[in-house]
Amino acid sequence: MAEMKILTKYIDDPRSNELEFYESVHGYDGMKKALQMAPEEIVDVVKKSGLRGRGGAGFPTGLKWSFIPKDIPKPKYLICNADEGEPGTFKDRKLIENLPHQIIEGMVIGAKAIGANKGFFYIRGEFNKGIDSMQKAIDEAYAKGYLGKNILGSGFDFDLVLYAGAGAYICGEETALINSLEGRRGHPRLKPPFPAVSGLYRCPTVVNNVETFSTVPHIIDKGADWYSKIGTEKSPGTRLFSVSGHVKRPGVYEIPLGTPLMDLINDLCGGMLDDMPLKAVIPGGSSVPILTAEECKTANMDFESMAAHKTMLGSGAVIVIGEGTDLVETTYRFARFYAHESCGQCTPCREGTHWVRDLLHKIREGEGTSADLELILSLSRNMEGGTTICPLSDACVGAVRPTILKFKHEFEARLKDKAAQPAATGV
Amino acid sequence: MSYRFSPESESRLNKLLEMFPDKRSVILPGLYLLQRELGYVDREGMEALAEKIGSPISLAQVYGVATFYTLYNKKPVGKFHIQICGTSSCYMRGNDKIEKHLCSKLGIELGETTPDKKFTLEEVECLGACGYAPMVQINDAYYENLTFEKMDQILKDLN
Repeated sequence: MAEMKILTKYIDDPRSNELEFYESVHGYDGMKKALQMAPEEIVDVVKKSGLRGRGGAGFPTGLKWSFIPKDIPKPKYLICNADEGEPGTFKDRKLIENLPHQIIEGMVIGAKAIGANKGFFYIRGEFNKGIDSMQKAIDEAYAKGYLGKNILGSGFDFDLVLYAGAGAYICGEETALINSLEGRRGHPRLKPPFPAVSGLYRCPTVVNNVETFSTVPHIIDKGADWYSKIGTEKSPGTRLFSVSGHVKRPGVYEIPLGTPLMDLINDLCGGMLDDMPLKAVIPGGSSVPILTAEECKTANMDFESMAAHKTMLGSGAVIVIGEGTDLVETTYRFARFYAHESCGQCTPCREGTHWVRDLLHKIREGEGTSADLELILSLSRNMEGGTTICPLSDACVGAVRPTILKFKHEFEARLKDKAAQPAATGV
Repeated sequence: MSYRFSPESESRLNKLLEMFPDKRSVILPGLYLLQRELGYVDREGMEALAEKIGSPISLAQVYGVATFYTLYNKKPVGKFHIQICGTSSCYMRGNDKIEKHLCSKLGIELGETTPDKKFTLEEVECLGACGYAPMVQINDAYYENLTFEKMDQILKDLN
């Protein structure tokens, strides 16, 4: 199989980040078209295309845009979420560094659709190369009249400001991101009210992911029908998957939704590293339930197939795990990540993530008991399903519980026996 | 004596204060500017930032924000701040081996700074470079697909 490159067609060209090059490959055509359309028309096209948000939750983009109230005197804001930080996920960084104008174009279209005259590009602070690339692109777009007052004489104004985050994973959650943009700690907010009604500075706000905005210009340019024919009925289009772990060629691949998982691993990623047998795959970033090698055989990369396998497509991060990998260690490290990144607002998350991490540490050191394993499972039931303001606590459970249940023998072997650790893998 | 921002940072701060509907939003970029100047954020600098933003922003609010985010160093770091990603994707490609190698090369443990104040070594959570693991961030730059040889060469070039 081959990739189907729509957003990433020119990503490997050394000039892909330059305005002149981007214009030479029909860049900003979608924006020019959108500037002549009524806002409702744009929302309709995006709705009909079936585009679902590419940040993790998979909420329909057009529907999200339609929630913005039309007759409110307050300003409306548009935010691009570029705070990529879910373990396994590294797709947006490539789009930011190599195709910043595609994102700006998508944002102008989104702004016109919801009637926003000001937007923010919230990027994770560690992405210094991406920050430079995006700021340069924003400056170029202003100079060319693609941003600012009266864009290309259309009467539409849109200002875009780059805002760098400061190393908090939680700021990828939209209400925490909004708090951070307001100069506060990245504490998620209770919903409702949803950001569409009361978001940034208590005004109607839409937050979309980098990949979502990058897709929009193509949908406007080529039409909803063209887009909805790609992929599957409920998961139209292509999607970027970032593959890491034990494959020969890790990286970012764009494929139609519905592609078999094993085709992605075997064909595009060149198969398993050192031809080791496949042990498991985490198909959508660290927070989604793990798939065993057997389950991987029937899994397709779309929302429906993942739901049938009781897992999720999440942020499109495929973590491939080879035989011999110490799952107690990887699970401990995931739990450590969630404990570190918990914002501390809600007790089940603040206490739960740290407790789970400590119990896994105990088991990892060969000092655990079967009661510790049972305690993790019991604790996790109190950490999920709406007991907290945001889903970070649920994400920790997703990273830990399914692995313990599906690979219980491995965890049990480690109880009171540190020597049961499998051979380490890697470089 | 209170901290004074450099003229460049001062003018950047003035621009930032006009950019946002609520000047409180300047706290994060302001802390970033402070760190660019000092290498870390300290009490005097934070006081100066709070003063610059003005009422109702106080030192307590700036401090509360600074302590929440890991990007801001709350204490001085070496000239080269080496942050090694320790999350599972990096672990699967051998970050633990690179980590041990770095500790022995620099003669320090994780979280420590070399006596000549040149290197600080820290293990951090996901840096979003999972496909190019193992990796480190040194000051502003990412170094990816590391091997022992590559790591040695990077250290040599920094020296």
